[in-house]
Amino acid sequence: MIKNNMTLKIGGEAGQGVESSGAGFAKALARGGLHLFGWQDYMSRIRGGHNFFQIKVSDRPLYSHSDEVHLLLALHPETIDRHKDEIATGGGIVYDENLNVDHDYLKEKGIKLFPIPLLKIAEETGTKIMANTAALGATAGITEYDFEHIASVIRDNFVKKGQEVVNTNLEVARRAYDLGRERYAADFDFKLETVKAPARMVINGNHALCLGAVLGGCRFVSAYPMTPATPIIEWMSTHADRYGLVTKHSEDEIAAICMAIGASHAGVRAMTATSGGGFSLMVEALGLAGMTETPLVVVEVQRAGPSTGMPTRTEQGDLLFMIHASQGEFPRIVLAPGSVEECFYAGWRAFNLAEKYQCPVIILSDTFLANSLRTVECRDFNFKSVELDRGELLTEEAVDQLSEGYKRYAITDTGISPRALPGHPNTVFVACSDEHTQDGHFEDEDPDNRIQMVEKRFRKMEVALKEMRTPTLYGPQEAEFTFVGWGSTYGPVRETVDRLNEGGNKANFLHFTDIWPLPEDKISHLLETTNHIIGVESNSTGQFAKFLRTYTGRKIDHQILRYDGQPLSPEYILTKLQVGGGDHG
Amino acid sequence: MANIKDYASPVRSTWCVGCGDYGILNSLKQALVKMDLEPHEVLIVTGIGCGSKLPDYMTVNGYTSLHGRPIPIAQGIHLANHDLKVIVVAGDGDTYGIGGNHFIHALRRNADITIIVQNNAVYGLTKGQYSPTSPKGFPTKTSPPPTGAIEPPVNPIALALAAGATFIARSFSGNPPHLTDMIVAAISHQGCALLDVLQPCVTFNRDHSYDFYRQRVYNVEEEGYDPSNREVAWEKSSEWGDRIPIGILYMVEGKPTYEDQVTTLKSGPLVKQGLRSWGESDYEALEAEFT
Ligand SMILES: Cc1ncc(C[n+]2csc(CCOP(=O)(O)OP(=O)(O)O)c2C)c(N)n1
Ligand code: SF4
Repeated sequence: MIKNNMTLKIGGEAGQGVESSGAGFAKALARGGLHLFGWQDYMSRIRGGHNFFQIKVSDRPLYSHSDEVHLLLALHPETIDRHKDEIATGGGIVYDENLNVDHDYLKEKGIKLFPIPLLKIAEETGTKIMANTAALGATAGITEYDFEHIASVIRDNFVKKGQEVVNTNLEVARRAYDLGRERYAADFDFKLETVKAPARMVINGNHALCLGAVLGGCRFVSAYPMTPATPIIEWMSTHADRYGLVTKHSEDEIAAICMAIGASHAGVRAMTATSGGGFSLMVEALGLAGMTETPLVVVEVQRAGPSTGMPTRTEQGDLLFMIHASQGEFPRIVLAPGSVEECFYAGWRAFNLAEKYQCPVIILSDTFLANSLRTVECRDFNFKSVELDRGELLTEEAVDQLSEGYKRYAITDTGISPRALPGHPNTVFVACSDEHTQDGHFEDEDPDNRIQMVEKRFRKMEVALKEMRTPTLYGPQEAEFTFVGWGSTYGPVRETVDRLNEGGNKANFLHFTDIWPLPEDKISHLLETTNHIIGVESNSTGQFAKFLRTYTGRKIDHQILRYDGQPLSPEYILTKLQVGGGDHG
Repeated sequence: MANIKDYASPVRSTWCVGCGDYGILNSLKQALVKMDLEPHEVLIVTGIGCGSKLPDYMTVNGYTSLHGRPIPIAQGIHLANHDLKVIVVAGDGDTYGIGGNHFIHALRRNADITIIVQNNAVYGLTKGQYSPTSPKGFPTKTSPPPTGAIEPPVNPIALALAAGATFIARSFSGNPPHLTDMIVAAISHQGCALLDVLQPCVTFNRDHSYDFYRQRVYNVEEEGYDPSNREVAWEKSSEWGDRIPIGILYMVEGKPTYEDQVTTLKSGPLVKQGLRSWGESDYEALEAEFT
C-alpha cells in the first residue's frame, strides 16, 4: 500500500465542472493535512474543449506536479483517450458505468477500471447535476480518504444554496463514497489518510499576488481582461468594497495603465495586470511612468507565443521584452517570483520599490505559476510581516513647512526627488512627459539639462541595486552541476534536484527572482564557484541564458528548454538530461 | 480669493503669434478665477500637440501625458482624488483621433472630469497634416490634391451625444467672454463635460481662420435654445456651414457620475483614506477564503 503519495487527475469537457471539482477536492485534501500541488489545463473555449485538473498529493511539501497519474477521474470518454498513457503501474480510472470505454484495451495495459453509477446515484438522490459530487465521493471512497473532509467542502460550497441542497449533495457523495470503497478499495493500492498538520491555505500564484498587493496597500487596480491575468482584476473587484479598493475594468489596456498612472500620481498605490498582448499596448505608457517618475506596479502574466499565441498555455517568452520594453532608456525594476510564497512577497514589495525609486516595477508571472495551486502553511504567508515603505514621499506636515519653489524633479545625490502629491498650495507642479527641468517645465532641447536628468534618473537604479536579491541556492554548496532557473521554473527544478540527489550530491540550483537591475558583480562571483551550468527555461531561445551571459560574461553550458505550451516537470527535465544534457547553449 | 496673477507662469510660450490656443489659455485662467479655484485645487492633464503645452504656460498642477492618453490619466487621478478639479485639455487629434476610444468611454461612464478640446481641424505640432475634424477635401501633405482628405470629418457633438454625454458645449477661442462662460459651465457640470473649442491655427489651417468663424458662429442661447432636449440636440449637432452654433448644445443634470457610484469612494477621496489598517478579522477572512 502506498499512502499519501499519488496523483489524481480529473478531466472532462469545458463546462462539465472540472475546475470546481478539482478545486473542491484540493481543499478537502488540504483540510486533511495533506500537501498538494494542483495544475489545471484548460482550452480557450467555453464549451467543448477538453480540460483537466491534476492534483499531486503528498505528506511532504510539494513544489511541482509530476507527469504520472495514479487515479484518473474521467467525466468524459475523451479524458481516457487523452490521458490513458499517463497512468502509472497500479493506477486506475473512475468513470460513470455508462461511459463508452474500450475496456479490453485498458485492461490489456493493466489499468484498473472502476465504473460507478455516478449519474444514477445523482438522479436517484438528487438531480443529475450532482454527478460531479458523486464522482468526488467515489474517488474519496476508492482511496479510503476520510469522508468528513469531502463533507466539509460540500457544506461550504453549497451553504449559500440552502440546507436542502447541502443535505442532498452530502447524501449523493456518501452513497458514491460507500459504493466506491466497498467495490474497489481493496483492489487499489494508493491511499489517502488524514495527517495532523497546522492550518494550510490552498492558493495559486494569481491569488497570492492579490493578497500581497492588498496587504501592501494597493488601493487602485485598473485592467482589461486577458487570460491568464484576468483572475487578478476579478479577485480585486469582488473584494473591492470589503478592502477599500477602487477597481476599473477599462476600455483597453492603454487606458488600464494610464488610469493606474493617474491614480498613482494622485498618491494612491496603484497597479495594472495583463498578459503579453495587453502589455504590448501598455508599452508607451510604461515609458511615461519612467519619465514622469510615477510609481507603478504592472503584473505581466505570460502566456505562450506572440500575437494571440496559445492563450491558455504557459511560456516564459517575455523576459527580454520586460527588461527592454519602450523607446528610450529609463530605470525600471523587474521581479519574477517562482512560487506562491514569492508571489505574495512580490505583491507587496513591488509597491515599496515603486514608491522608493519612483519608477515602474514589473512583476513577471506566467500561466503555470498563476494557475497552479499549492498548499502553504498560513504562517508562511505572514500577513503581519508586510512592511510598507513609501520612500521619499513628503508628508502633509513636511509640505506645510516648504517655502517657495518646490522642485518635483530636484537633482539629488541618490537621484530620488522628494515627491509631493498634487493638491497642496506649496507644491503646485507639472509632471512632464517631455524631457523637463527640475521644476517640471518642458526642456526638450538643452543638452546639459538632458544629461543631468538622464543621470539623475539612473542614479536611482544604483541605489535600488543594493536591495536586489541575489539568487537563492537550493541544494548542496558544491555539486557536479548547477541548474539555473528563474520565475516559475523554481518548483520543477527544485523537485528535479531532490530526485537527483537521492543518491548523493549531484546537483544544486540557483533560482533567480530579482531580474532587473541585476547585481552583476555579486552574481559573477557566485557563478565562479559552479562547475557545469544547466539553464532551464520555458522558452525556445534561452532568454535568461543570453541575459546572464550579457551581464556576467558566464556562458550557460547546457540548456533545457520547453516551448510546447506545457509546464516544465521533473520528468521532462530528467529525460532531457539523460538524452545528452539538452540543447547546446 | 483666487487671483489671475496666481496662475501666471514664468515660461515663455512657443505658440505662433495669433494662435487660437492663447484665447483658450486666457479664458481658462479667467474661468478658474471666476470659480474661485486656486491653482492647487485644479489639475490639468494634457496630451501631446501644440495646445497640450498649456500647463507650462500657467502655474497649476499639471500632467502633460502622451498623445491620445490624457483622458484615462485624468480619470485615474480623479478616481484617486475627487477633491481635485480635473480638466483635460487636448487637441482634436488627441481626443477624436488617437484617443477616440477613451473619449467615447469617458462620456458613457460619465466620469466626473472636464474635457476641453482645442479643435483646430489640423495637426499643428507635426506641421500641418489633416486631422479627424478636417473637412472632406482638405489639402495637406498627407491628403494631397486633387482629392484632399478623402474621409468626411468626425462630428464631435453627435459622437458625444451618441456616446451618452451629459454635457456638450461648443465655443470659439475668438470670443473670450463666451469661452470663459462655457469653461465655467463645463467645469461646474457634475459628470463628464465636453467643450469643443473652435481654435484657429494661423499657421497650418488658413481655411478655418478667425474671420471664417466670426462670420458663422452664433450663440444658441440668444435664440432661446433648450439644451435639455435630446431630439433638438441631435438636430443641432449636424448644423455646420454658414451658421455654426456655439453654446451649451446638450445638458442633463442630476445623472449620477461614475465616481458617485463607486462604493469605496463614498468614504471620501481614495488618497485621503490613506493606507488601510488591517486587523485580525481581516486576516482571518483572507485565510478562510483559501482554507
Ligand atoms: C503615439 C504618437 N504618435 C504620434 C505622435 C506625433 N504627434 C504629436 S502631436 C500630433 C498631432 C497633434 O494634433 P492635435 O492633437 O490636433 O494637436 P495640435 O498640435 O493641433 O494642437 C502627432 C501626430 C506622438 N507624439 N505620439
Ligand atoms: S502651429 Fe497652429 S496650433 Fe500650433 S502653435 Fe502655431 S498656430 Fe497654434
